[in-house]
Amino acid sequence: MPPVAILPAILLCLLAVGAQAETAEEKGLAIAMEADRRDSGFIDYSNRVEMILRNKQGQESTRLIRSKTLEVEGDGDKSLTIFDEPNDVKGTALLSFTHKVGPDDQWLYLPALKRVKRISSDNKSGPFMGSEFAYEDISSQEVEKYTYKFLRDDTYDGMEVFVFERYPVDKKSGYTRQVVWLDKEHYKERKVEFYDRKDTLLKTLLLTDYHQYLDRFWRAHQMDMENHQTGKSTRLIQSNFQYQTGLSDRDFDTNSLKRAR
Amino acid sequence: MKQRLLAIIGLFTLVNVYAGDWRGYVEFEGSAFFENPAFAEQSNSDLSIAAQPEYLQEWNNGNDIFTFTPFYRIDQRDNNRTHGDLRELSWIHAADDWELLAGVGKVFWGVTEAVHLVDIVNQTDLVESLDGEEKLGQPMIDLSLIRDWGVVDLFVLPWFRERTFPSEDGRPRFAIPIDTHDPIYESSAEQHHVDFAARWSNSIGEWDIGLSYFYGTSREPRFVILPSAIDPVDGTVSEATPLYEIINQISIDLQAIYGSWLWKLEAYNRGGQGDRFAAAAGGFEYTFVGVHESAIDVGVIAEYLYDGRDDEIGSIVVTPGTPFSTSPFQNDLVLGTRLTFNDMQSTELLAVAIIDLEGNGQTFSLEASRRIGNDWVLALEGNAFSHISDDTSLASFKKDSNIRLMMTRYF
Repeated sequence: MPPVAILPAILLCLLAVGAQAETAEEKGLAIAMEADRRDSGFIDYSNRVEMILRNKQGQESTRLIRSKTLEVEGDGDKSLTIFDEPNDVKGTALLSFTHKVGPDDQWLYLPALKRVKRISSDNKSGPFMGSEFAYEDISSQEVEKYTYKFLRDDTYDGMEVFVFERYPVDKKSGYTRQVVWLDKEHYKERKVEFYDRKDTLLKTLLLTDYHQYLDRFWRAHQMDMENHQTGKSTRLIQSNFQYQTGLSDRDFDTNSLKRAR
Repeated sequence: MKQRLLAIIGLFTLVNVYAGDWRGYVEFEGSAFFENPAFAEQSNSDLSIAAQPEYLQEWNNGNDIFTFTPFYRIDQRDNNRTHGDLRELSWIHAADDWELLAGVGKVFWGVTEAVHLVDIVNQTDLVESLDGEEKLGQPMIDLSLIRDWGVVDLFVLPWFRERTFPSEDGRPRFAIPIDTHDPIYESSAEQHHVDFAARWSNSIGEWDIGLSYFYGTSREPRFVILPSAIDPVDGTVSEATPLYEIINQISIDLQAIYGSWLWKLEAYNRGGQGDRFAAAAGGFEYTFVGVHESAIDVGVIAEYLYDGRDDEIGSIVVTPGTPFSTSPFQNDLVLGTRLTFNDMQSTELLAVAIIDLEGNGQTFSLEASRRIGNDWVLALEGNAFSHISDDTSLASFKKDSNIRLMMTRYF
């Protein structure tokens, strides 16, 4: 056969080999990258978040925050979070620049002292506002922050899902691994299990009530985090999503942090 | 007294009626002292109530903000601590690359824990708290220029606020009562002297840097004993008079963040109060995150404090007309710990010891707080003075170790 005619056949063979040789790690990464691709291009959004903290005895306490997020080309998102409740932290604000690689930058504004305080992001494993959500659970999820391993195809709650594991790259993470149930239709997380540093099941997150914005971006309006070791749980309810309102870097600097009310 | 109480109740009612645009707090405070007082006018306990509502109005998409924050306190013992202040009455306008604040406002500069050396724009409301963290509202125009290479703030400060001091009934207070009615100004313009400040600040990678310049009336006065304050018969001194001099000061504040390490430095160089001198504070805070698999963060704080002044009362012989200062931290070591429980009640505790390396004693302070229910915060403060020698301005506080309990209702 002439060499030119043989080329497609060789390519086909190579592709077949390639497909077979895709490791569980590569497949896990490919899924995470596809989920990231589908979620990029939102430019900016703002929303309201209500958190209902519940302890083992069933006592409840509420947190209210407002948040703005700006997508940054080639790096992690910028976000500004303003606390509305409880009343004693009203007006406190957190500015954070997440990075794909390396520690995030965080500044906290304390309204009583009018003080902007640069704070360490090493507390990523710590609770956010006393809730069952750690800082690392609610900060922007970048592909580079984990390594991956595909486990299996499955069904969950009537949906076709991928089940894969991800392993935090940062040694300061509170987790050894997370198991993610991601639906195949929209590539959105439906359930996440968090394993602590001793590889014991610590928490389960259920994401429900997904709504679509700009005909493209799916957002869970309800997130339920249950801590299996303490019996405490937190329900996080997101609302008032507003996309592409024209936010700029200027809305995410220390001057705007001081103006947060 | 009754009228004042009615005023506070009135403010509180107003706040409830117009909830939404209003926020703030009402605080109930009780103090107890462990030893009998050094001065006959003082007592072993004190009760106090304070309120600070805040009215906010935003328009133009949040680019214009009007803020009105009055403050009032009634104190059982100390007439000087029974006082009101306009903490804020300001308009802020934000544009693309500049911001303007006009009115009465508050500005904070600095990074260190134990002292706030470079924080000079606002006067200290010393009757509120000895740690110098409470401030009086300052009339100002602050133009903020926002550039790629940092933020430049230019301040015009057209009216000077005098420092508040405890009265003879106040506790703790200085051994010689301070004459708060008739201070001496270096400038003949007195409180009308227009002060200026400029600051450049920027975040560069792990570093936050601020460089500042101030020219105007020193917020921190020196003191003089006037001949008229000396009893001609027995030679006792009845009062010290604050002396507000014109100073020029350059300062730097610096913080670097490397993982769980925060490295901090504040320093200034000041001219205008006798010989030119420098003061500095520097150190670190290291945080152990989630100790023993718990949610509790434990911070360890160490700072060194330096002050080049050599006119501190106690260390010099005070003669009539010779200015002296009350700056106790000339060569001191700060050791502290911060516990952050990260629980539903936001429980926190900060304990700090300041150790005079020249053997003039130690001061200890404790601050703890915890939310009760949704709207109340219970806070405990303690101060202890130990082995204080007579060669320091802290000698006045020797017998004033105390605890203070505060219940604050936020709305």
